[in-house]
Amino acid sequence: MPQDSPLESAYAPARVGLFVTCLVDAMRPSVGFAAVKLLEDAGCAVEVPRAQTCCGQPAYNSGDRADSQALARQTIEAFEGFDYVVAPSGSCAAMIREHYPALLAEDPAWSARAQHVAARTYELTSFLTDVRGVSALAARFEGTVTYHDGCSGLRELGVREQPRQLLASVRGLTLNEMRDSDVCCGFGGTFCVKFSDISNTMVSDKIDGIAKSGARTLLAGDLGCLLNMAGKLKRTGVPVEARHVAEVLAEMTDDPAIGEAAKD
Amino acid sequence: MRSIAHSFKDNAKAALADPQLRRALDNIKTGFITKRAAAAARLPEFEALRDAARDIKNHTLDHLDLYLERYAENVQAGGGHVHWCATAEDARAAVLEICRRAGAKTVTKGKSMISEEIALNDYLEANGITPVETDLGEYIIQLRHEPPSHIIAPAVHLTKDAIEADFRKAHPQFPKDRPLSEPRHLVDEARQVLRSRFLAADVGITGANFLIAETGSSVIVTNEGNGDLTQVIPKVHIVVASLEKVIPNLYDLSTILRVLARSATGQEFTTYTTVSSGPKRPEDPDGPEEYHVILLDNGRSRMLGGEFREVLRCIRCGACMNHCPVYHAIGGHAYGWVYPGPIGAVLTPGLLGVEEAGALPNASTFCGRCESVCPMRIPLPKLMRHWREREFERHLTPAPVRYGLAAWAFLARRPALYHWLLGLEMRVLGALGRRKGRFAWLPFAGGWTRHRDFPAPQGRTFQSLWAERKTGGAP
Ligand code: SF4
Repeated sequence: MPQDSPLESAYAPARVGLFVTCLVDAMRPSVGFAAVKLLEDAGCAVEVPRAQTCCGQPAYNSGDRADSQALARQTIEAFEGFDYVVAPSGSCAAMIREHYPALLAEDPAWSARAQHVAARTYELTSFLTDVRGVSALAARFEGTVTYHDGCSGLRELGVREQPRQLLASVRGLTLNEMRDSDVCCGFGGTFCVKFSDISNTMVSDKIDGIAKSGARTLLAGDLGCLLNMAGKLKRTGVPVEARHVAEVLAEMTDDPAIGEAAKD
Repeated sequence: MRSIAHSFKDNAKAALADPQLRRALDNIKTGFITKRAAAAARLPEFEALRDAARDIKNHTLDHLDLYLERYAENVQAGGGHVHWCATAEDARAAVLEICRRAGAKTVTKGKSMISEEIALNDYLEANGITPVETDLGEYIIQLRHEPPSHIIAPAVHLTKDAIEADFRKAHPQFPKDRPLSEPRHLVDEARQVLRSRFLAADVGITGANFLIAETGSSVIVTNEGNGDLTQVIPKVHIVVASLEKVIPNLYDLSTILRVLARSATGQEFTTYTTVSSGPKRPEDPDGPEEYHVILLDNGRSRMLGGEFREVLRCIRCGACMNHCPVYHAIGGHAYGWVYPGPIGAVLTPGLLGVEEAGALPNASTFCGRCESVCPMRIPLPKLMRHWREREFERHLTPAPVRYGLAAWAFLARRPALYHWLLGLEMRVLGALGRRKGRFAWLPFAGGWTRHRDFPAPQGRTFQSLWAERKTGGAP
């Protein structure tokens, strides 16, 4: 595929259920629309089941198995009819892919259904490259960016090269790697509130690396990490804007960046 | 050692406010990590060796009773004695009795985490016996009356300057103007001080990195050689070890040793690897006259049969804490007991109870870096989550968290109601935050906004916009 051609996939059309994630749904719907655009450009028919809410991580990571199992069943039921389940988040995709089968392993009625959905679930950028064979995009973005590897996507799903490969095809974009891009930003769901001071030291370290990268835009594939880092960038006055990687890949960057005032 | 794990949050706060500690911790962030990565990269079969090491320990744990019996028989056959100790108290008493019988006044000690676990030094001192730590790091923290802050680098929380000051205070016998600014100087001075102590000791106490069932041997790996002098010179050698240290034979040892030093310090092998198999035999030129092994359980057999079994594979290499961003932020002392970092977050609640140490497995983002480097492939985040589950079941989770979680889960399990309410809430928040794009303060969000702004939502939920798009409205 030539570098500048619009996306077209030689692959068969696929029915994709978009797992929006509770954070994108509530905080930044534009990321959801960017994901839809990328998926449709890659030849997918995208649907958004209304019966989804949250993947259940807040309960799961707080030791509340009963509620996390209930949410897992709800999500499985909503998505088991699709060819693929795609989430604009490594963390939520890893929850479905890596943890649902373990969570429901002892439930004979649900164990196979959990495995079925798990095997079809992907993080957005890795789905585009690994499953749909997308290697280049038609997007343009003028600027220098740096990319933070969300922990679950990186270590549970092996997402590292995929977003970088796609970013490399965006015209006008330069990627400056920050130091320790693979080190946790200190978000950790409820961790950042429960252990606020430790989290602050971690995110301060992260911000320091981001500032020193020389990039003007911070990208990542997880809105949780982004809210944490953007909140710290704003608080400390570091002039770097934060966006979900899908916004740049879909060339949908008209909305103010995360934590930025509306333009009007 | 008395635990202060229950006050983890306060400990962490104090650690975060300590500028000297910050400087010391900055060093480990780079040193250990780059060295381990380089060592692993140099060995093509490193990942396969991790699998093999894991399998050896799994096999051993499956037949632990058998291997322990075989080990004990072989120690006895070689003329040594095994003391089975269920608790820390039993272990301390057994050591004291051996020391008393030997008429010991001073004992030298090699580095041993089990000795820390059973608080041996304080106990010996209280009973009129002087313990002398001979590992440089342990010697330094003994001078300072501090517990170790790292399982392989006990004094890693200290800067070189702090150690120099301690040495000048503790060693008035040397000239005041002597140079002490280089690590080399510190090592030489400690050696000089310790030499006479080695010769004067009546009993030598070491830990064990491994116990070999087939030969009844104990194995220590060190870089200073102090362990060898500790176990060879005095007439009595006591090994203090916990029961999961046993492995079947010397072949297995060689496999595990290939991942141990690489994971710990990035060395291919430690400087000294010493196998000792009992007291001096008639034909031996040197060695102790008596050889004792204190075999400690202290709660481990309880973990063997349950969901925390995998933690018993640990070989105490320290890689998990070297790579832990929480450890990097707060150091080891904040964990409040013997074992810091991710291994401590799993092991400490197992040994002391989740009531005492429940905060430790909660203080993790589950970033997974520990598991990705653990040579024994222990799923540390999963085991920390299990502790949170045990806490939740027993209603030990703080009430506000429980109620908040229950309210959230009630809604999240009712998608229609959830979408409707969230739609309303985000319209309000979005409108309030529109002008600035963020909130410096929000009710009930102090944990967040104390240190960072809260980005304002865009104002509409994805679900509501998507519904409009489907029915032909503008997104
Ligand atoms: S848990 Fe793994 S990484 Fe941590 S000390 Fe034990 S063996 Fe090493």
